[in-house]
Formats: sequence, C-alpha cells, structure tokens
Amino acid sequence: MLNPSLKLNEKIFNEDVEKQPTRNGFGKGVVALGEKDPNTVVITADLNESTRCDEFANKFPERFFDIGVAEQDMATIAAGMGVSSKTVFISSYATFNPGRNWEPIRTTIVYNNSNVKIAGHHAGIMTGADGATHQATEDIAITRSWPGIDVFVPCDAIESRKATIAAGEKYGPVYLRYTRDKSPVVTTDETPFQRGKIQTFWLTENPVATILATGYMVYYALVAAKELEKEGIRVLVANVATIKPMDEEELLKLAEETGAFVTVEDHQVMGGMGSAIAEVMAKLRPTPIEFIGLQDTFAESGKPAELIEKYGMGASSIAEAVKKVINRK
Amino acid sequence: MEDVTDKKILELELKANEIRQLLIPTLVEAGSGHTGGPLGMADIFAAMYFHILRHDPKNPDWIERDRLILSNGHICPVRYVTMALAGYFPVEELKTLRKINSRLQGHPHRTALPGVETTSGPLGEGLGQAVGMALAGKMDNKNFFIYCLTSDGEHQEGSTWEAAMAAGKYKLSNLIEIVDYNNIQIDGDVENIMPLEPFKAKYESFNWEVLEIDGNDIRAFISAVNEAHAIHDKPILILARTIPGKGVSYMENDYRWHGNPPNLLDIPGSPPKAEQAKVALEELRKIEETLRQAQGNK
Repeated sequence: MLNPSLKLNEKIFNEDVEKQPTRNGFGKGVVALGEKDPNTVVITADLNESTRCDEFANKFPERFFDIGVAEQDMATIAAGMGVSSKTVFISSYATFNPGRNWEPIRTTIVYNNSNVKIAGHHAGIMTGADGATHQATEDIAITRSWPGIDVFVPCDAIESRKATIAAGEKYGPVYLRYTRDKSPVVTTDETPFQRGKIQTFWLTENPVATILATGYMVYYALVAAKELEKEGIRVLVANVATIKPMDEEELLKLAEETGAFVTVEDHQVMGGMGSAIAEVMAKLRPTPIEFIGLQDTFAESGKPAELIEKYGMGASSIAEAVKKVINRK
Repeated sequence: MEDVTDKKILELELKANEIRQLLIPTLVEAGSGHTGGPLGMADIFAAMYFHILRHDPKNPDWIERDRLILSNGHICPVRYVTMALAGYFPVEELKTLRKINSRLQGHPHRTALPGVETTSGPLGEGLGQAVGMALAGKMDNKNFFIYCLTSDGEHQEGSTWEAAMAAGKYKLSNLIEIVDYNNIQIDGDVENIMPLEPFKAKYESFNWEVLEIDGNDIRAFISAVNEAHAIHDKPILILARTIPGKGVSYMENDYRWHGNPPNLLDIPGSPPKAEQAKVALEELRKIEETLRQAQGNK
C-alpha cells in the first residue's frame, strides 16, 4: 500500500492519473524562488521554452539571460555571478549541461564553490524520438563524483518543483535532473521533500526485497510492486530523490529489513544511482542487488514506452529482477 | 584615477623589479611552475595592485572592490608575490607555493586564498566568469570594474570567444580585459602553433574597443586603463604586448622558459642550472640600481 504518512497521490494506479513532465516543476520552482529572492537568476543556452525557463523569463526579464548556443560560457558566466551575490540556475539539456561543459563546471562552479544550480533537462532514454545524442544517460555518474555537490533526481513534477526550490535555498552547487515526457504525478503538494532522505513510498508486511527507484522510474517500480503482490511477492518501493548525499542510514535499515535490493533508473547502470547504493552496501552491509537501467549501451529513437520496454527497464523487467535477487539471498 | 607623475611611475617600476626579484627565489623554492609569463607580467601586476585597483588587502571580500580575474592561472606566482607585497598575506608564506598544506596552490583556488577571486588554470574560463561578475555588478548597480587577465594562447579555446561574444552583446563597459600577448605557449610560438592574427580585428568584430600598448610600459598601461574607464558603451580589450621573461636577458622571448623554474634544468643559451637564479638576480639588481639612480635625480 502507498505509505499514508507521505500523502501520496491516491489515484496513482488509475488510468486517468495526472501526468506532467518533471521539467514543468523546474519552471514553477524557479519562478517561486524569483518571487521570493531578487537575486535569483536563470541562464539558458538557446533552450528557453523547452527547458521551461519561459515563465521566469517573462516575469523577470532583467534577471534572465539567453546567452546563445554556448554551454561552456553559460557555466562560466554563472560561476562569476554565483560568487557575486546571485543564486544562478543554468538550464539546458543534460547531454550539454553538464555534458559539454563538464570541466568548466568542475573548475569554476564545483571546485570554486560558486552558488550555481545545474539544471540538466531531457535526461534519460525518455527523451525518446530525438535519439541517443540527446538522451543523457551518464549525467548522474559524471556529477555525483564531484566533491561537495548535491545531486537531486525528482520523481515527478511536484517533487521537481520542491527540489528546485530546495536547491535554490541552500548555498552551493547542485545538480538537478529533469525529464522531457509526461510522467504520472506520484506525490502531492503535502508530500514532504527532504534533501538527503530516502522515502519508502510502498509499504507491505514482511517484505522480501526493496525496489529503490529514482526519477520518473519510481512509477514503474510502484506498478511492479503492485503486480508482484498479486503473485504473493511482497516488496518495498523507495524513492531515491537525492543521489548525493546518499541516505546511508535508511539504506542500512532497508537492507536489514528486506535483505535484497533492485535499483531502477533511466541512466547507465555504470556510475548511476544503483552504483552509488552498491558503494554504500559493500561497505555497510553486503546485500544482493540487481540493477535496472541501461546495460552499457546507447539507446535509440522511439517512443519512451517502447524504449523502456526494449531496454529492459519496464515494470515486468523490474518484477523479474526482484525474483532474481530474492533467489540470491 | 589620479594623474600619474614621473615619480609614481618610477615607484611602480621599482615595485615591478621587487616583484621580479622575489619571483626568482619563490620559483626556485617551489621547484616547479612557470617563469616567463610571471616575469613578463610583473609591470602590469605592479600597476594593478599599487595604483589601479580599488581594493583592501585586509578585507579581501570588500563588496565594492574592483575584481582582478586571472584567467591564465598558470602565471599565478606573479599574483601571489604581488599580493604578498601588497599585504594580503606574509611574504614568508611564498615559500609554501605548490607545497602540501599551502594556501598557494599550483593554480589559484578561490576558497583557499582570499583575494584570488576565481579558481583558474584550465584555460578559456576566466573571461566568462568576468562576464558573469560584470553582469552581476550591473544588476546590483555597483560601479566596480572587472579586470580580466588572459593569455594569447588561451584564445585558441573556443570558450574564450563565447565569452567575448556575450560581453559584446551586453555592452559590458565595466569589463576590461588585458591580454598578455607574448606570442609564447608551451609548445612554441603562438603564431606557429595556431595563429591568432588578425587579433585586434577579431575583437573589434565582436564589438569590443581595443587599445594596443607595450605591456612592459607602466605609463602606457595606466593611460590605457584611464582611457578604458571613459568608454561607456562596450567592453574594452587592452592588447598588451609583453616580453616573456622580461628583466632576465637569457629568459626573454625563449619559450623554453615558459614552464620551468630557475635552477631545475640546463637550457641551451642559459647559464648552467646551478647559476640561473644567481645570474637572474644579478641582472635584476642592476636594473634596480639604475631605477634608484633615476629616482635620486628626480
């Protein structure tokens, strides 16, 4: 059952569940910050509307900068503003930001400890028809290895808004990962968002495994858990919205309670959220883990649902991974 | 800025000489690091810290200060030496350059040493940060200037031109870039490795004002900065032609002195390694004597 204390969307399994892209939450989040703090600045590199900067740009034109197709420059300009009284969001597709501009971000934002938030949009194979060039599937790996940065991957548009606001309210570099296509709204306005906390969204008696999912894949994990329950396999589903800092304490509790993990992410399994969890478990409590995500391959053009199926990341693949990991206990 | 007298120019020339004399043992002690660029830029650093910048060494985060961005972070020894002489930290601390537990990182790190403004070293990233600071200054109605020092070689980085384009778009007249145009990079002469000419025309076509000077002429530099302050509709580039290794005859214009400290390697045409620092200091002291005589005659 849905964890009642988190006030999740009760209609999550309905056919007509509300769907929104998580990038919408970014747009709402920066507007909310802009209204509260006149030092909030948004910069984009020629992707104003598609990365949902437009509402901010219209409301605060003097604090919005479109610097053209120049992601490295976007990073360094933001770095300069971020040490000069501003809270700066840089917004582009994740393949370019933090892909193209990885080293300028590393040097001038992260190591330099400038107050810049990197908004990586169109993450994952969910980007769909544009093809693998525009599907960022390594961005978690290349950001979470930076010392001193927070990495947030919100599970829906509502959590996305809250994560954006939380990023803006704390000094220092943050990477935020957003997706393009509509996905079910899992949480509600009342669901708390806490940096660095793993939340168990799906509860059950005597669970035999935990599915740890991040981003919009949390929905697929919930569907898998519900299906598994019909077969008498009871699992927990946890939302890992903060990849860094990782909630080690909660992971340990979940491992002790269930003894096996399946990690689920729209990202390469190498270096992603699953890897981050495996690093913790190898140290704290060796636990069998199965990893759902891209298995060392680029994807291709297609509809998101088709791609998720083809690359073994859908609810049935997650359920299979649960059965496999239980046998390894 | 105040009019500059002959007396002041001599003072600044002596300061530049003092910076050079302090650079030699600092680099020898570090055992690695760049020599040619720091010596070539000593005149501009002396003019900056002892005449041009509005700054407070005891309060490096003073919000109204002018910002001096060093994009080509590898020449940081000249910045460290000048900052020490200006009172940012004890001169004694220069001995820790490039060593463990030091604030004087091999390439400057903002959070390690107050006053260095940015973390730099990877080339092509300073001008963008300067643009960001200039935009922030305008948003906040501040009247400080952003001075951004760059190298000629780093204009081979596309990101430098991205930033130049943005500065032109936003007409950042509070941004003054000074390019250390010494025609030397690690692998040889800039014009052989990857030519930049026509350099001035490139910047002008990006909607910048370009002022060209001899970068080892302190009077010319100060007068260019004064001229830049009077331009209100575009960013300004001071194209400073400098002599790398300036003040030490065997180092001048020799690219092999770009990335090595004295007393480390035998270099053809230079004194044997054990003598290098000694010879350099002798030459620099002679220049100091000449300057002091000129001072006495004023």
